[in-house]
Amino acid sequence: MSRRGTSVAAVVVTLLLAWLVLYPIIVVSAEAANGPPWGDFLTRRGEWAALWASIWISLASVVLAAGIGIPLAFLFEWFDFPGRKTLGALIALPVVLPPLVGVIAFLFLYGESGFVARTIQALFRLEQAPWRLQGPLAILLVHAYSMYVYFYLFTRAGLARLDVSMLEAAQALGADRRRTLWRVVVPLVRPSLVGAAMLTFMTALGSFSAPYIFGGGFRVMTTQIVATKLNGDLPLAMVETVVLALVAVIALVILRRTEGDDILVALGKGIAPRPRPIRSVGIRRLTTVAGWGLAVLLLLPHLTLGLVSLVPYGVWTTEILPPVINLDNYRRLFSEPERLRPLLNSLWMATASTGAAVVLALVAGWLVVRRRVVLRRVIEGLLVLPWALPGTVFAIALAIAFSTHAPLQLRFVLVGTAVILPLAYLVRGLPLTGRGLLAAYRQLDPSLEEAAASLGAGRWRTLARVTLPQLRPGLAAGASLAFVAGLGDIVASIVLYTYETRPISIEILSSLRLAETGVAAAFGVVLMIVSALVLGVGARR
Amino acid sequence: MSGFLGIQAIVKRWSTDVTVGPITLDIARGEILSLLGPSGSGKTTMLRLLAGFETADAGQIAVLNEDVTAATPARRRFGMVFQHYALFPHLDVGENVGFGLQGAGTREQKAARVSGALALVDLAGFERRKVHELSGGQQQRVALARALAPEPRVLLLDEPLSNLDPALRERTRRELRHVIKRIGITTVFVTHEQEEAFDLGDRIAVLNGGRLEQVGLPLELYEHPVNLFVATFVGRANVFRGPAARALGGKADGKVLVVRPERLQFGTAGLPGVVRELRYTGPVTFFLVEGENGERFEVLAEPDAARVDERVHVSATRVIELPEPGATR
Repeated sequence: MSRRGTSVAAVVVTLLLAWLVLYPIIVVSAEAANGPPWGDFLTRRGEWAALWASIWISLASVVLAAGIGIPLAFLFEWFDFPGRKTLGALIALPVVLPPLVGVIAFLFLYGESGFVARTIQALFRLEQAPWRLQGPLAILLVHAYSMYVYFYLFTRAGLARLDVSMLEAAQALGADRRRTLWRVVVPLVRPSLVGAAMLTFMTALGSFSAPYIFGGGFRVMTTQIVATKLNGDLPLAMVETVVLALVAVIALVILRRTEGDDILVALGKGIAPRPRPIRSVGIRRLTTVAGWGLAVLLLLPHLTLGLVSLVPYGVWTTEILPPVINLDNYRRLFSEPERLRPLLNSLWMATASTGAAVVLALVAGWLVVRRRVVLRRVIEGLLVLPWALPGTVFAIALAIAFSTHAPLQLRFVLVGTAVILPLAYLVRGLPLTGRGLLAAYRQLDPSLEEAAASLGAGRWRTLARVTLPQLRPGLAAGASLAFVAGLGDIVASIVLYTYETRPISIEILSSLRLAETGVAAAFGVVLMIVSALVLGVGARR
Repeated sequence: MSGFLGIQAIVKRWSTDVTVGPITLDIARGEILSLLGPSGSGKTTMLRLLAGFETADAGQIAVLNEDVTAATPARRRFGMVFQHYALFPHLDVGENVGFGLQGAGTREQKAARVSGALALVDLAGFERRKVHELSGGQQQRVALARALAPEPRVLLLDEPLSNLDPALRERTRRELRHVIKRIGITTVFVTHEQEEAFDLGDRIAVLNGGRLEQVGLPLELYEHPVNLFVATFVGRANVFRGPAARALGGKADGKVLVVRPERLQFGTAGLPGVVRELRYTGPVTFFLVEGENGERFEVLAEPDAARVDERVHVSATRVIELPEPGATR
């Protein structure tokens, strides 16, 4: 493409991305800045409490996730024991499933009428459930359960990149194990740890389903915003949204500061240390048992979900085990048009948004990496921006920006139409496809494309035969993550859905509200299976 | 333009102070031209201009008087072997070699040309191998077969041997030359190693700082370099000035004297000095000698010709007189 054509394409892509991800935020900020409710926000105790709750819950989530994830990573990366590989993959499972699935699975297992509580109640013949899974501790429990994976995966990746000769050098210089750990290993994996902390903090800050289902009267910013919006106080919701966005940005800036040098890691290109077999038989047995116990503990919620999905409506009352098990719920799910609708909605909306996110990422990746256009930093920044802000912020921003007809301001009425949810999913999916594709594009040796050109292949043949096949792994990984995120989305959906466009997550919530736990669980299982299949395909090399 | 491949005053401006060219070169049909120069000399830029991956800011490239300066790489029909080969990892050997044969006859005809190209590089029957299963030398040959299969007009080689280990490099160099000469394809190849340039090329073009310093046969470059850069970059060279130059037979003032180590010998008269170091490499022995005015130079001689710390006299059998670099430009 000519230089001029490239420049035009760069400008078009930049404007399109800006309109999608930046413009709604600007609209909300501008409208919030003009409105009176800042006084309301600043004087109400509930608002301050929610803000503080968001921050401390996120910080505590980081601490808990690190406390579980880091030791696990060291255990699995450095020590060898029976079942290490299988277990190592199993305990990374929670990260790939939609948060809502984990949350309701938790509810069915540990909730006040859950499997465990029911068992204890029966065993000790209690009048009431032994506990209520509600409030900040319940939220933290769910967060720790689902977010330790970030620390686990990041730390393992960091450890795998370590050069064994650096550890040997430290030993040769007289450092004992402890000194080697603190002076060599920890500084080298620090960027990974900070990366995990950043991801955990942002995820916890934006977390919606856990506080929504387990919060009870305890509000964090995300649930507070949705509640305010549902109460019809849109101006206040906008102010809350802007405040939450600010917290996210400030947190990102602070964490970026502590990230440290990537060069440290890039230096070591050697071989990672091999896992050491545990010599002591006793400790090895203990580790193996603990490892498998942990895996069962981690998988138990999902197994419970499967069990609950097989229990027909109203038959399971006080028994420990369900008296009847059949496929009734699934039958209803697929035969009643009312139930099938949300499933189909979610499928087509996730497909459409993922397709658009892939195309945008492809064009953006080509402009940023291959053509190195002047706007490349802007394009890259716009691609990852939706990752830096909680989903609720975007949901409210889209709801505000696209509920007014003002074509001259590039604002159209999309809220209430079938377009708005795919658009919201697209915004959330962009960082996933964008990052995957940019990374793949950067690894792609430009001389491959040059070789194709010198062998007489035109632009389209080069794209189809050389570029796309080479980008496929990165593309598939990003696309499958984006698809699963869209499929299980609740954050944007709860703000933007209509009855016609209601997705799976909303149907799960309403089933729960009607005490149709079986149907809710069946939806959860379907969501889980489709997600696992898609991610499995996406991860194939 | 008289040659098969004509390069006329080609210029590529990377920035205000980094410019390659203007360079003019004529390459005869069937000739192998080595582009030799240090890194940053512009030799890779030249090759990429020829391939069409970079667009020239001025000048012209022509094949048999057909102007291809603005032609896309796909239209040029120039074959290229990349430094890291750029074999398509998702395609097998046969698909790689056949990539440039799109629209070249039936499936059977294409298969025949693929196997012909593979036979040419001694890899007959390798069609269904995976690229990553091949050794470095085999990958290099697949890359050559792939570039040659579409029967290009010109073959371009970007440091094709730099990824091979030294033992393999010399053998591959000879095989590469044999294949190219057998086909008779006009070839331009880039290297930063003098020995490789001499061994593989018919003629050598020496580039430095984006300029063409000299073009010629290996013998011309070695024995009659036009300036100090060529003299010192092509082969080993001792540089003498002032009294030391006169002691070795230099006549004119304001000139530098270049003497190859093998053109110096120990004797009873000539430039006095002390042997400081002896480097024995097996086939040859270098003596590092320090002259009375502190100048240091290398003498190639028999291992027992002198000992370390011995006082010696050095004379020259053949010298090259060149203008001082400042005076030439």
